[in-house]
Amino acid sequence: MYISLSWRNIWRNKKRTIIVASSVFFAVILAAVMRSAQLGSYSYMIDSSAKLFTGYLQIQGEDYWEKRSLDESIVIDKTTFDKLTKIPYVTHITPRLEAFALISHETTTKVSQVIGIEPILEDKITEVKEKLIKGTYLNNDSRGLLMGSGLAGMLKSDIGDSIVIYGQGYHGQIAAAIVPISGIVKLPFKAMNNAMILLPLPLAQEIFSCEDRITSLPILIDNIHHLEEVEESVNQLLVEGQKSMLWNEMLPDLEQNIEVDNVSGIIMLAILYIVIAFGVFGTVMMMVSERAKEFAILISVGMRRRRLLLILAIETFMVSFVGVVIGILGSMPIIFYLVHNPINLSGEMAELYDQLSIEPILNFSAQPSIFISQALVVLIIAIVTIIYPLLFVRRLDPAKTIRG
Amino acid sequence: MALIEITNLDRIYNTSAVPVHAVRDVTCNIEKQEFMAVVGPSGSGKTTLLNIIGGLDKPTSGKVVIDGIDLSTMPQSKLVDYRLGHIGFVFQAYNLIPVFTARENVEFIMLLQGVNKKERENRAIDLLKQVGLSERINSRPAQLSGGEQQRVAVARALASRPAFVLADEPTANLDTESAESLLDLMEELNDKYVMTFIFSTHDARVMRRARRIVSLQDGKIVEDKVVTPEKKQ
Repeated sequence: MYISLSWRNIWRNKKRTIIVASSVFFAVILAAVMRSAQLGSYSYMIDSSAKLFTGYLQIQGEDYWEKRSLDESIVIDKTTFDKLTKIPYVTHITPRLEAFALISHETTTKVSQVIGIEPILEDKITEVKEKLIKGTYLNNDSRGLLMGSGLAGMLKSDIGDSIVIYGQGYHGQIAAAIVPISGIVKLPFKAMNNAMILLPLPLAQEIFSCEDRITSLPILIDNIHHLEEVEESVNQLLVEGQKSMLWNEMLPDLEQNIEVDNVSGIIMLAILYIVIAFGVFGTVMMMVSERAKEFAILISVGMRRRRLLLILAIETFMVSFVGVVIGILGSMPIIFYLVHNPINLSGEMAELYDQLSIEPILNFSAQPSIFISQALVVLIIAIVTIIYPLLFVRRLDPAKTIRG
Repeated sequence: MALIEITNLDRIYNTSAVPVHAVRDVTCNIEKQEFMAVVGPSGSGKTTLLNIIGGLDKPTSGKVVIDGIDLSTMPQSKLVDYRLGHIGFVFQAYNLIPVFTARENVEFIMLLQGVNKKERENRAIDLLKQVGLSERINSRPAQLSGGEQQRVAVARALASRPAFVLADEPTANLDTESAESLLDLMEELNDKYVMTFIFSTHDARVMRRARRIVSLQDGKIVEDKVVTPEKKQ
């Protein structure tokens, strides 16, 4: 009966209830979609960066990150590699040998990043095979290379052309080779597309005198939430001179950008909800003030104040939650649609993403926490708002109020 | 022993610069089944006296003893339960819960008492039949006339099976026909169920029907007389 009374009470002034519920409804939709876009983008940024460069974590030589020298390369034996692949939540591992070298074709020379890859394993992580626009993909026995289409354009080279690679190998040895172009790939970012070539790992190790050596072993996992656990297991397999690094240590700019964006997003949501909170508070104030005499009568006839307060609390929650429930139900199809149909960005936003070496796609997230947090925020608003009726009912003098 | 014993009752309000002596040294006993009107001009202390008898206000001095229980020393938390179990209230402006039907308004008091659903429903319907509203049990207050609303208020007052009913200006908002009809009903309940009614009023229609009239002036009882009620017109 109390619930029935509360429910009917909130509809005593239909327009007012509809206005408050609508404001909560729109706030929830806006907040849920905003938050979904933020969390979706962050997770996409981290995932893309992990897949493109670093993995969620990677094994390196102790000083490799600072020196970026082949002298800091490491050897991961087959047993350790197999153990690493068996760590729970690890989905893919791929060894890489990264170096910088001069790349020449005819009269043009450019500085390029040369990466030795295990073609099959690498494709599982970076899907580089899909980016092939000309020629053939590599295998471990290939003697050719893949070149970014931008770099190929700058060198005026094409499939079959021989490219001179000239650089410094392990412990100062000269690295020099002539390798034909097997395929041209269109890499997603200018910086990569204009300056990157990929070689089969054995060929790269041969050219740079790094037999069995690699510079990094990126590791992908199924979910970022398992990172800590995986890191612990990985660290147990490391030997002296090796260390593991997490994505956020390798990509501090990305982490910082996410943090700044996250904070600004939360501030926006807070402002939105503060406005809503005042709306709900105003309504509750009116609901309570205009019914002072009714409350006095109820107390007079024997209703305990705490029961009256319970009814008012139920009313406050109902007014808020009508909007939240409809808002969550309304935002779900929008968010699920956007999750499956992410927005391709263009213009300045696209450039910004490009600077971060992330594909310019605005992804959305459908994490349950997005919806749960909206309900929690409105719950908090309702709890804070109930303070007014609490004080009002506590101070109410029934005899005086009835007398008017 | 009288149902209500009021002894040397004083109520002084100190809310303004000059203390207001609303009730002065009131002493009287009210017996079971009385049909009593407290009368007097505005500001004479009628409502204050009723509020104190009803446990809504505390006396500055003196005491009110109901069925041997001294209300003046009872803490507020206990007073609420006491009111719920022992006193029925009828207010000038009916003050029904607008979103409830007549039946639900009557039931609500029993809900507060913890009466089970079935019994609540049955008793509410019985009470509404007694007050002549068997056809309107599912109507909301806005769908009822003033007289009908006040009948629901009487049914609500009786729902807790109180020791007595306090009615503050119950006919003030009613036309003559509705007022007479309401008074008929109260008289009937007074006779049939030995229910004590105490009115505060300055309505001549009520005064004509009362069997005892206590007149107040400036908070003091200036007259307390047993009268023979006039036959209804």
